Amino acid sequence: MKNSDKDKFKIADSVYSSRLLVGTGKYKNTEEAKSAIEESGAEIVTVAIRRTNLGQDKNKPNLLDIISPSKFTILPNTAGCYDADSAIRTCQLARELLDGHDLVKLEVLADKKTLFPDITQTLHAAETLVNDNFKVMVYTTDDPIIAKNLEEIGCVAVMPLAAPIGSGLGIQNPYNIRNIVENASVPIIVDAGVGTASDASIAMELGCDGVLMNTAIAEADNPTLMASAMKKAIQAGREAYLAGRMPKRAYASASSPADGRFF
Amino acid sequence: MKVLLNGSSYSVKDNCSLDWLIKNLELDGKYAVEINQNIIPRSQYRTKKISNGDKIEIVQAIGGG
Repeated sequence: MKNSDKDKFKIADSVYSSRLLVGTGKYKNTEEAKSAIEESGAEIVTVAIRRTNLGQDKNKPNLLDIISPSKFTILPNTAGCYDADSAIRTCQLARELLDGHDLVKLEVLADKKTLFPDITQTLHAAETLVNDNFKVMVYTTDDPIIAKNLEEIGCVAVMPLAAPIGSGLGIQNPYNIRNIVENASVPIIVDAGVGTASDASIAMELGCDGVLMNTAIAEADNPTLMASAMKKAIQAGREAYLAGRMPKRAYASASSPADGRFF
Repeated sequence: MKVLLNGSSYSVKDNCSLDWLIKNLELDGKYAVEINQNIIPRSQYRTKKISNGDKIEIVQAIGGG
């Protein structure tokens, strides 16, 4: 058996095979979302919590009918929250909505242009939520010290950004991501900034436990095909990490032997 | 009487229960309810009375990243 066949990872007390986590936003319609999410093989799927659209078309499918909580681990997020209190309130509503399901993605934003997280508010919200028995997967910057602080508070996964949310710029600071991974004892999941398959592979080659993405798939010309590409990229990057890459050298090293030459 | 439902003014029957309101709204799927920033567990919908001026939020899961 290859190493990768039994290569699972654990978040809180649950074991997952897929290291690709996907969002459900920005799709043209629910059919497109369903197709891409199924193709991605993701087991953990994020959702946002918003006001019910009262008086909506009864024939319009509800997101949780398509992304069934019996089939997927639903990860409600606190997207759009700019202070700890609204993020905490969102998590509490999500827990009631999902019948006591306590796994949440905490993000407290600071700035509309970059969507960079407000770390002070994030630390405060994380502490309150952990004390209230939530299992917190936390979105943060790629600061290794803050990542460790969030782990010490009791977050079940730390999710540094690769680049701003929805930017598709790829891993801007591989040095910091590797440093976060090396010092972590909880899963490290790159959340935000991945643009294409090679970005996801790089995250996995750095030793990340997974990658969470939304826009890279949803805004592709063909989201289902990109979901398939991302699934393979995550697997390829993970296998390359486990295989242990060759050292980089400054100069060439011949692949064919020098001995036995007849010329 | 009037309540503020998801940010808009909404007329309800005097002394009605949350359960009555939800049935009137014909809500589908899964949702959660907050009244004046207190979450109301599903088990309390029938007994929870609505008061004039209550701020009611009904939320659901939608697409997001």
